[in-house]
Amino acid sequence: MSRISLELGSGGKSMRDFIAGKILPAFGNRELAGLLDASHLPGGIAFTTDSYVVDPIFFPGGDIGKLAVNGTVNDLVVSGAAPRFLSLGLILEEGLEEADLDRILRSIRTAAAAAGVRIVTGDTKVVRQGQGDKIYINTSGIGKVVAVPRPRSVRPGDRIILTGTLGEHSLAILTARGDFGIEAPVRSDCAPLIFLLPFWKSGVLWMRDITRGGLATILTELAEQAPHPLIIEEESIPLSRAVRAAADLLGIDPLYLACEGRAVAVVPEKKAAAVLAGIRKHPLGRRAAIIGRVDGTTGRPGELLLRTASGGLRLLEPLTSELLPRIC
Amino acid sequence: MRPMNGFRDKRVIAALLEKIAERRRGLTSPVRIMEVCGTHTMTIHRHGLKGLLEAAGVEMVSGPGCPVCITPNEIHEAALGLVTGRENTVLATFGDMTRVPTRRGSLQAAVPARGSEVKVVYSPEESIALARKSPGKDVVFFGVGFETTIPSIAFMAKSAAAERLANYSILSALWLIPPPLKAILESGEVRISGFLYPGHVSAIIGTAPYEFIARDHGFPGAVAGFEPGDILLGILSVLDQIREGKPRVANEYTRVVRQDGNPVARALMAEMLEPMDACWRGLGVIPASGLKLKPALAAFDAESKYGLRIEPRSADLPGCRCGDVLRGLIAPPECPLFSRTCKPDSPYGPCMVSFEGACLVYHKYGAPRP
Repeated sequence: MSRISLELGSGGKSMRDFIAGKILPAFGNRELAGLLDASHLPGGIAFTTDSYVVDPIFFPGGDIGKLAVNGTVNDLVVSGAAPRFLSLGLILEEGLEEADLDRILRSIRTAAAAAGVRIVTGDTKVVRQGQGDKIYINTSGIGKVVAVPRPRSVRPGDRIILTGTLGEHSLAILTARGDFGIEAPVRSDCAPLIFLLPFWKSGVLWMRDITRGGLATILTELAEQAPHPLIIEEESIPLSRAVRAAADLLGIDPLYLACEGRAVAVVPEKKAAAVLAGIRKHPLGRRAAIIGRVDGTTGRPGELLLRTASGGLRLLEPLTSELLPRIC
Repeated sequence: MRPMNGFRDKRVIAALLEKIAERRRGLTSPVRIMEVCGTHTMTIHRHGLKGLLEAAGVEMVSGPGCPVCITPNEIHEAALGLVTGRENTVLATFGDMTRVPTRRGSLQAAVPARGSEVKVVYSPEESIALARKSPGKDVVFFGVGFETTIPSIAFMAKSAAAERLANYSILSALWLIPPPLKAILESGEVRISGFLYPGHVSAIIGTAPYEFIARDHGFPGAVAGFEPGDILLGILSVLDQIREGKPRVANEYTRVVRQDGNPVARALMAEMLEPMDACWRGLGVIPASGLKLKPALAAFDAESKYGLRIEPRSADLPGCRCGDVLRGLIAPPECPLFSRTCKPDSPYGPCMVSFEGACLVYHKYGAPRP
């Protein structure tokens, strides 16, 4: 008898196969079939949902409450929608410290205010000790559509813009857990990406937030839809010193690490410089960079290629096996 | 992602590659260099050096240097038997080891006996710590490794003996690097022009154990580190040796590897362990190619403590060609299962499991098809 494995939640290929093979056939409809971060519904509305099971619930730079607001807000932003309303579902384990819950609720309130969303409906359940782990949160979000992402319209020469450094969220969780005995001066990048909304009007064709699976997995998903191969340059990818050092030490590839406040966007060549300059004006986009392009000459359609710092060229594959369970 | 040092600097790499291409142009026969170590395979592919080297006329062949891969299935099956057959037994091992597929499944998918579990550890020290803090459980460390890891496993045996830690034992799969190289050369089935010797193993054993390869077999070789620049320096040295017709053991990793290696680590190994004829996946039984705990430590040797019978027969899954990959006979894409039946999320052989396994490396860091 086959059972559910942790790997199905990794955000990698196993999870996508699982969703395509199990979930889609059960409910298949036009909106769901796109498997987008949020679905566009009649009336110019975008709708999304996400559950948060991060362990530990408090980590440098955030907590499960802040994550639950920003994660859902960001799914709307990258789907071309201005976030408006959230629902809040709490699953609490018997024995959770009330002070911890208060701290999380305050954090949710602050994050919602910062992202300009209101929590308008909710639900609370308590499960017996051992049947859950302290607190799980589900948030659904509704936003107003401002643009329709067009991954199939990318053309050779279009630029790939990354809005900031990679991997701080993964490393912060790793540090907070004490895994590998690693201590690093790093805070999660967990943040709302609403500052990116105006750029849909400046020519952004496609945008995704970089969560589980990391930059490489998310760009392979674009590569599958785009009519031309994508190529990114290792040297152009911004990394903090802490992430670079930890990655070298542990042999972890930052291209597969999760963020909670970074996005990657594709912009036509002529508009790329202006969009980049605009993103860099915002404190969360200070280290934004053009990291690659849609390519007309190298590789084949469907491929994501990496030009390594050594000058070599290799294919990037989506993440297949779990790096860190329960990271968000 | 800017390089941390000159060993990854694009200009340095380009200059080294140009030198390699120039040396190569002076040679008439094909140049195929075996990188013995799995971490070298990984670096070569991860940095895209494979294609750059091919363009310069140098073909790299992966060797047997992945401990998870060369450990034959019968040892993995013995570990499975322990955790599924004995109650209150904690089988502690490295993460890659839990995913190796055998006829009895993998450790990861096994259903342990009551009170038993498979526990992933990141270092041998963690396994002994588990035994200290859970006296009610029998902790078995399924320890696998080459000369790099063996000293720390030997130290676990020493500590357990000193503490009389009765609930701790080691199921060992300890492999030595020089003997399989000898076996590969003597079989004569692989065409190679020289070797890139592993950096970390050499930090322990030094350069002398490879001397026979130059002296008796006439093959050049170089010890190399793990940055792209290190690897290219090693390859350059091998090409120079071919050109001059003077094979030797060059050390291109002097910032880590001393000629005499690490005598303290070797003394610890000699104190706790003794050589054995070991059966390697793909290579079969090679004389004095493995190590086992000395008879005086039988109480800490899981094989004798639990009366395990591990017969050397290399029980590979039918159709799996990991053995041929490990001895450099085929490259991973030549296996009919590669990236089809056998993928990282559904591996059929260990070379698709380990982070140093040639098949996983080829799959994960594939070169763009021309």
